[in-house]
Amino acid sequence: MKIANQKVTAERLVRDALEKAKHFADYNIFTFLNEEAALKKAREIDSRIKKGEKVGRLAGVPYALKDNFLSPEGETTASAHILGGFNSPITATAVAKLEAEDAIMIGRTNLDAFAHGSSTENSYYGPTLNAHDKKRVAGGSSGGSAVAVALDIVEFATGTDTGGSIRQPASFNGVYGLKPTYGCISRYGVVAMASSTDCIGFFAKTPEDMDLLMSITSGQDTKDMTTLPDYYNNDSGEPTNPSKRHSRIGIIKDFDNDSVAPEIREALKSKIELLKSKGHEIVELEMPALKYALAAYYIIVPAEVASNLSRYDGVRYGFRSEISSHLDELYDHTRSEGFMPENKRRIMIGNFVLSSGFYDAYFLKAAKARTLIIQEYEKAFSKCDFLLTPVSPSPAFKLGEKVNDPVAMYLEDVMSVSLNLAGVPGLAIPAGETKSGLPIGLQLVGPRRSDKTLIEFSRELI
Amino acid sequence: MKYIPTIGIECHVQLATKTKLFSEVDNDARGKEPNSCVSPVDYALPGMLPRLNGEAIKFAIRAGKAMNCKINPKSRFDRKHYFYPDSPKGYQITQFYSPIIGAGFVELPSGTKIRIEHAHLEGDAGKLTHFDTYSLVDLNRVDTPLIEIVSMPDIHSAKDAHDYCKELWRLMIFAGVSYGDLYNGNMRFDVNTSLAPEGSTELGTRTEVKNLNSFRSVERAVEYEIARQTKLLDSGGKVKQETRGWNDATGKTTAQRSKEEAKDYRYMPEPDLPPINLSQDFIESESEKLPLMPSDYRKKYKGSIKEDTLEILLDYPNLVRTLEEIDAKNLTTIANLFTSVLLAEEKSAEYLESLPSGQELNELVEMNSKKELSSTATKEVFLRLFDPQMKNRGVRNIAKELGLIQENDLAALEKIVDIVLAKPETKKAQEDFKNGEEKVIGFLVGQAMKESKGKANPSAVQEILRKKLLH
Repeated sequence: MKIANQKVTAERLVRDALEKAKHFADYNIFTFLNEEAALKKAREIDSRIKKGEKVGRLAGVPYALKDNFLSPEGETTASAHILGGFNSPITATAVAKLEAEDAIMIGRTNLDAFAHGSSTENSYYGPTLNAHDKKRVAGGSSGGSAVAVALDIVEFATGTDTGGSIRQPASFNGVYGLKPTYGCISRYGVVAMASSTDCIGFFAKTPEDMDLLMSITSGQDTKDMTTLPDYYNNDSGEPTNPSKRHSRIGIIKDFDNDSVAPEIREALKSKIELLKSKGHEIVELEMPALKYALAAYYIIVPAEVASNLSRYDGVRYGFRSEISSHLDELYDHTRSEGFMPENKRRIMIGNFVLSSGFYDAYFLKAAKARTLIIQEYEKAFSKCDFLLTPVSPSPAFKLGEKVNDPVAMYLEDVMSVSLNLAGVPGLAIPAGETKSGLPIGLQLVGPRRSDKTLIEFSRELI
Repeated sequence: MKYIPTIGIECHVQLATKTKLFSEVDNDARGKEPNSCVSPVDYALPGMLPRLNGEAIKFAIRAGKAMNCKINPKSRFDRKHYFYPDSPKGYQITQFYSPIIGAGFVELPSGTKIRIEHAHLEGDAGKLTHFDTYSLVDLNRVDTPLIEIVSMPDIHSAKDAHDYCKELWRLMIFAGVSYGDLYNGNMRFDVNTSLAPEGSTELGTRTEVKNLNSFRSVERAVEYEIARQTKLLDSGGKVKQETRGWNDATGKTTAQRSKEEAKDYRYMPEPDLPPINLSQDFIESESEKLPLMPSDYRKKYKGSIKEDTLEILLDYPNLVRTLEEIDAKNLTTIANLFTSVLLAEEKSAEYLESLPSGQELNELVEMNSKKELSSTATKEVFLRLFDPQMKNRGVRNIAKELGLIQENDLAALEKIVDIVLAKPETKKAQEDFKNGEEKVIGFLVGQAMKESKGKANPSAVQEILRKKLLH
């Protein structure tokens, strides 16, 4: 990526990015442009460069911030009406780490409200359009971030991935998208969707950029008790050996069926051939427990969603309905008006599966299925180093195509959610285009803590 | 019909940790502005995550050990959901499925053992103040660490209910895990009461009286419930399972919420906090920090301090702890000085802030036994020892400065008596005494005391007088 130096100023980089952002305004990528503050910061970095002072590893690099990351620059809305007007006093740990390396946030990007969705059509601010076909969806929930990178507005963008929200839009727009191991990057200051599956990650144009972003942002955070010690920059041995020339790549037979678009199956086959030609071994695997993943996911995640969204009650911050005469009405009206239909659907599912009398039948059973899925991955990684699978069953679909069919929308996640349940990392990689010019993405999956080798190995697929 | 009452009690104890259960904000909001002890985590801003306070875990271990409970090496947190402005997150973080403190028991002063079912850690809620058309929210108390102690239904009288609550309070203050300030809600009790006909093996339908904040109100509420339920059952009625509120002014409980209206809390494992795993070493090293408990003192002072005196002292951990430094022969005297002199003082609470050492108290009792101090003077010097300004002044010096040391030197006393007897105004009394009028000796002793400016030992003076007059 282009980093500011004596020849290329940070101000130039930021101005270019802002100009492009405005040029592509019709894609509805940004919910907020950070013009003034970004330029001010760029000039400050330039003056340091001029004086020969030390600057960060991301000096003057413009980036886009998914609008569910808290920072004092612009309102943090998560593209939800109920957070309208919320100015955060807090800076998310991941943002603070990027800023400490002198990266410059030029804007906040659109998402499905509270990251609920696979198309960015559930945003209060309207859908973001696909970078390759304006009639098609950007994917989601991190649609704005994916398109901002795909259209080359910024060098990288942040995302969150709860069930595919980075990998699917990355594959729909032809860029790299990483969902790291659960607990690798602090979730502090990121609007929660589902705490046990939420991961902070990035959209980038190359594996090298992804590696740099990971080495900057990973590591333990005292403000997030679920973070892991910084293995990304420290441990090497576990569990794959990066010096090994030939790897074993697992292919999941269960995913190779008619529900996957033929062109995606072909793309997978051609990458398999490429790997074989480079001397890697292909291992065919059956992972039967993964068939429970989508069902388990749509029980566990709505339960956590319903719980995490309880705090939006109109009492302390954000939107408050004006038409209430007593407390219950304040809750009713604020939440009815403030949430999108998909938010409400998940709150209702979540509250249902947690209700007394249903907890054992749904939540507890889903939690057990999750354990089976974790074990299934452990078993798979005893037979191979990485897995290679499609990200989603089809390339980017048309706007409006699945809006009224929630189950069809949920099926978008069928190949991505099991990673979140198991906590393992997955990297979406560009893998060609369809005849009509739509990007195809594949995901490379590794065992927990294998993020670094995963990124390194992705170069084999170029 | 005769009924046997069965009572189970849930007790919430606020832990006196430095910071809150899930944030690094000051946990002691006493006397502070509303909403001044609130972090973004307590306020439930988006994206905020709980950070578990290790001190609260240590306190929970100590509290558990104080109740003879098993400490569970593995425990975890759950979310309990409800909407109310006192709960910014929309849920309370508690331990529904795997509590940190397991089964144990509390022994009452009477020797009765009340079993503990379990106790768990959780965050407290905020406070609402209601006005005519609006309510104000104070979140200072949000996520103050609490342990909720759940007893087995082992209590069968209002008095035992009172004694159980009081003993719990003592255990918590002796263990040093709570300020134990009942007036400020540091401990709150929910009391479940049911009646069953004598001889019945099944328990009756229970009612729950919530949020009692004194031992006396626990006792009165149970008495009221026993009477109310007895009357109801005797007249052929049925007890309804419900939550009832206590009105201290009217001395009555009133129905609040029936079982059907009970909330569904939609419990769920707390995904933001990893499970707590405690090593046996850690549990043991924390358990060892537990000081002597009331039951230990009862054993220790059995026979040397009267039971009812000791029970009074057991409300004051630092007084009982001071007794450990007192010589065995002085124990009764000091215990009595504590109960009948110190605690009778209006400002006793202030005095308790600055206790004299056991050595000073021993010295005081010695001086009294040697008749250097009269019993009145002993009490006076005793109280002076609690004055922070008298710290390290020395008992003898204080007594001297106050002019309270008695003259015991016989030669000196004889001189004083001679002076008194030489005075013309005592001649008549001398004659009367010699003629058998016993009570005038008091007058003569008084004269001697006056002559000595109060320093003479009055019994020694009397002895000398008798010797001289009757010889």
